[in-house]
Formats: sequence, structure tokens, C-alpha cells
Amino acid sequence: MTAIEVRGLRKAYRGHDVVRGIDLDVARGEVFALLGPNGAGKTTTTEILEGHRRRDGGEVRVLGADPGTAGPGWRARIGIVLQDADDAADLTVGELVGHVAGFYPRPRPSAEVIGLVGLTAKKDSRIRTLSGGQRRRLDVALGIVGRPELLFLDEPTTGFDPEARRQFWDLIRALAVEGTTILLTTHYLEEAEALADRLAVLAGGEIVARGTPAGLGGRASAGAKVSWRADGVLRTEQVPDPAPLIRELVAAEADLSTLTITRPTLEDTYLTLIGAHR
Amino acid sequence: MSTLALGVSRGHVELLQFLRDRTAVVFTFAFPGMLLLLFGTIFQDTYDQPGVSASHVFSASMIAYGILTTAFVTMGAGLALDREDGTLKRLHGTPISATSYVLGKWFLVLALSVAQAAVLIAVGALVFGMSLPDASHWLTFAWIFLLSVTACSLLGMAVSGVVRHARTAGAILNVPVVALQFISGVFIYPVIQLPSWLITVASIFPVKWMAQGFRAVFLPDGMRVNEPAGQWELGRVALVLGAWCVIGLVLCLVTFRWTRPDR
Repeated sequence: MTAIEVRGLRKAYRGHDVVRGIDLDVARGEVFALLGPNGAGKTTTTEILEGHRRRDGGEVRVLGADPGTAGPGWRARIGIVLQDADDAADLTVGELVGHVAGFYPRPRPSAEVIGLVGLTAKKDSRIRTLSGGQRRRLDVALGIVGRPELLFLDEPTTGFDPEARRQFWDLIRALAVEGTTILLTTHYLEEAEALADRLAVLAGGEIVARGTPAGLGGRASAGAKVSWRADGVLRTEQVPDPAPLIRELVAAEADLSTLTITRPTLEDTYLTLIGAHR
Repeated sequence: MSTLALGVSRGHVELLQFLRDRTAVVFTFAFPGMLLLLFGTIFQDTYDQPGVSASHVFSASMIAYGILTTAFVTMGAGLALDREDGTLKRLHGTPISATSYVLGKWFLVLALSVAQAAVLIAVGALVFGMSLPDASHWLTFAWIFLLSVTACSLLGMAVSGVVRHARTAGAILNVPVVALQFISGVFIYPVIQLPSWLITVASIFPVKWMAQGFRAVFLPDGMRVNEPAGQWELGRVALVLGAWCVIGLVLCLVTFRWTRPDR
């Protein structure tokens, strides 16, 4: 079953095309990442899917409804983690989570949600006293308190330290295990690689590649670069499959102490993809 | 939860947040009280009516001023701020309705206006010896008060639609406030001192009718001769304020936006 279905999505700001005909399918229970540089149209696309922005053209179905016209019943089934909210500074963490929980038909208990994002010690603190990373974790808590079927995460870990990011990834994986569909935008490639079942790369308002993290942009079939030293000279060969070459080298009793086999990283693939569309 | 229950829940957190901002609390309640103390002390005019002094007139009229600043400015600036800091965006991503949000703001504004009116009435009664009205006048007070708060809140909300940034909201919203308080008989009384065309202009807007209504509640009946029509005109007060509620509501429905417009 499909959670998100997008055909030919278009959006322009003041005559400037920001999203130019995107097609997208996200299945139920899937973690899908939208990658792309700043200004690629990630946030605009996400906000249209969330119902925050109107589209100029194309077909959009999110949980079977058009986000442009869907009502409160639909909103109770989605969760949105805001990217830059600064609200409710004078409430405590517990007060705001409890307040927002009251909007939903069957919310998670607020103490549980606060625990999930690791803010139990901050439950009675005013929100204005939270650090940037804690504030973002609160945003995550508010996004999941209503037990959403579909969760939108727009660059959720910007400003997190490495430890906080790992904890956040564990939380997202736990939500995915429960069956929550997740649409994630990020420009951290290791984040997409760690979390996403599938991903798409946006550049200049278009999807320039899509696939699994392992197979993106023909990465799986890109072959490997094999380097070794023979008689003090560095030799490098690009081969589709390194196995026969290695067997040959072993048979020839070549010096393998300097042998390296490299495949393109997701970052190499990504930079090639967006570089071609600059 | 129902729309009303969610509105009450919003009103609760709105009030909590307001009360935790000490500066806003002190400013909202002390400023009109201080103005009343100053005006009541400086102006010693007396009228044909025995026992009525300028301070009593100010006490009554300034309730209108208090509602105008609280309801109109608090609502308008608050909405602009909620749009800027992500409050509205957050709420729009949840099942809560715009009506519940607006109800919450209205409860906040109502609570603040009641507290502010209590300060002004207390200063008038305790410092300047203004006598308190009887039960039927309190009833008049109640409906004028509710209509005034509602009309000013809705208009503040409507104006916030044209305010681009929260930091300029206060300045923009204060333009009509300052202009109207001077031509509506709040600080310059009797209104008939003003050129007649200015009285006509003031009569279009709600503030003149609010101040006149509150004077009808707190001043002796004989003071009505100082009003432009020589009467309290309570029917017309109800009519004009009711009309502004409707105009405000229509403007809100037309201009209300959850988020800032597209870049």
C-alpha cells in the first residue's frame, strides 16, 4: 500500500520554478530519504506533502488524501517535526507535550514520549532553557506524540552532536520497526545511508536519481578500483568485478601488503549526481 | 476533544505563557493604572453634576482604552508573533482547528481585559472616590465589555494579516490606537470640543461607542448631556459594536493564514 504518491508536482515562487515535475512513491512502513543540496526543493516538496503549502501543479496523495484539502482527521494520522520552530519558550517540556497530546484521538502518554527522546530530566524545565539539540528532540517528541502513521522529518539532526545523532537514529529505527512510514530530508549522507530503505536525490527541483542507498546512481554496478604495488610501482585498475583480478594477483604471488579495493562511496555518487545538474 | 475544550486548553497555555513574561504582565496592568493616576490628578475639571470629577470620567473612559490596547494590540501582535515563531505552523500540522486557536486567544484577551478593567475601576473607586454602579448597570457593563473585547480582538486579528514582521507589529497596531483614543472621547472630553467632522469620523469606529457605553455605566445619568447626542445611545452602542464584530469576523475569515505567504 502506498503512503505517499506524487505525480508531476510543480511549484514556483514569483515565477521561479522551485519544484519542476517530481514523481515520488513511498510505501507504507518505508523509511524514505530525500537528499539534496540547499535550495534543491526538499523543504518545499515536504511542506506541500504536509499540507503547509499549495502546489501549482501535479497530483499528490498522502495517506489517500490530497494534503491541500485534507481535514483534521487526516492531520491526526500524520506527524510533522518542524525544522526551525521557536515557539512556547515559556512553557515547560511536560506542559507543551501534554498540551499537544490533547489534540489527538489516541496519543502516546507524554511521559513516555519525553522518555523516548531522552528529555525526562528536562521535563519541568522551561523550553527557553533547552540547548539547540534538546529543542530539536522536543520537536521530535511533538511530532510523534499523536502516534502518526506517517512522520515527516525535515533535516531533523541539524546541530546535533554525534552522540545525540546516534540516539536519534535509534529512535527513528524503533519507530520504523513499529510500522511508522517516515519521510526524511537530510543533507547528511551517512544519515540517509543509516536510516533509509530507499532514497531520491533532488537537484534544481528535479529528482536526478533514486534507489536504495547501496544501489544509488549505479553504485552497486560501478565496479571497483584495485590498487597494489608491483616492483615498487603503484598499479591501479578499474574493474567491474575485482575477484578475478585478485585471484590472478594471488596466483602470481604479487606483494599484497599495499592492496586496496575501493568502491564509490554514497558521497562520491551523490556529488557526481548533483554536480551534473549544477 | 471538542473545539471548545481545545479552545479552553489553548487559553490555558496562552495565559500561562503570558503570566510567565513578567515585563508584559507589569506593563499591561501598571501602565493604564499609571495613566489614570496621572490624568486623574492633573485634570481637576468639574461639571454641572455634583460629585463628578474628571478623574471619574477618565476611570470610565479608560476601560475602553484598556480593552483597545489589550484586545487589539495583544491579539494583533500575538498572532504575528505566533506566525513568526512557529506556533501556528506547529498547530496547523495537528488536528486542532483554527477556531480552537482563536478561541484560546480570545480567552487570553478576555482574562487580561477583565483584570485590567478591575485595576482601572479599583483606582477610580479607591483613589478618586468614584461610586460603583448598581446591578442593572453592571449588566450593561457586561454586554458592552464582551462586545468591545470581541470586536477589538477580531479587528486586531484581521490587521495582523497585513503585518509582515512581529517586531513591527506593535508600531503598526498602535497607529489606529493612538489616533482613535484622541478623537473618541477617551482623553479629550467632552467630545463636543472636537470639530464636528472629526466626531463623525470617530463615530464610524468602535472606540467612541465603547467609551460612551462605559461612561453610561459609571457616571450619573445627568452626565449624558456631555455626549455628542446628549444621550447615552446604548442601542446605538450595541448596534455599532455588533456591526464591528461582524466586520472583524468577515475580515478574519478572509485574511487568516496559518503560515507566512510564499517567499
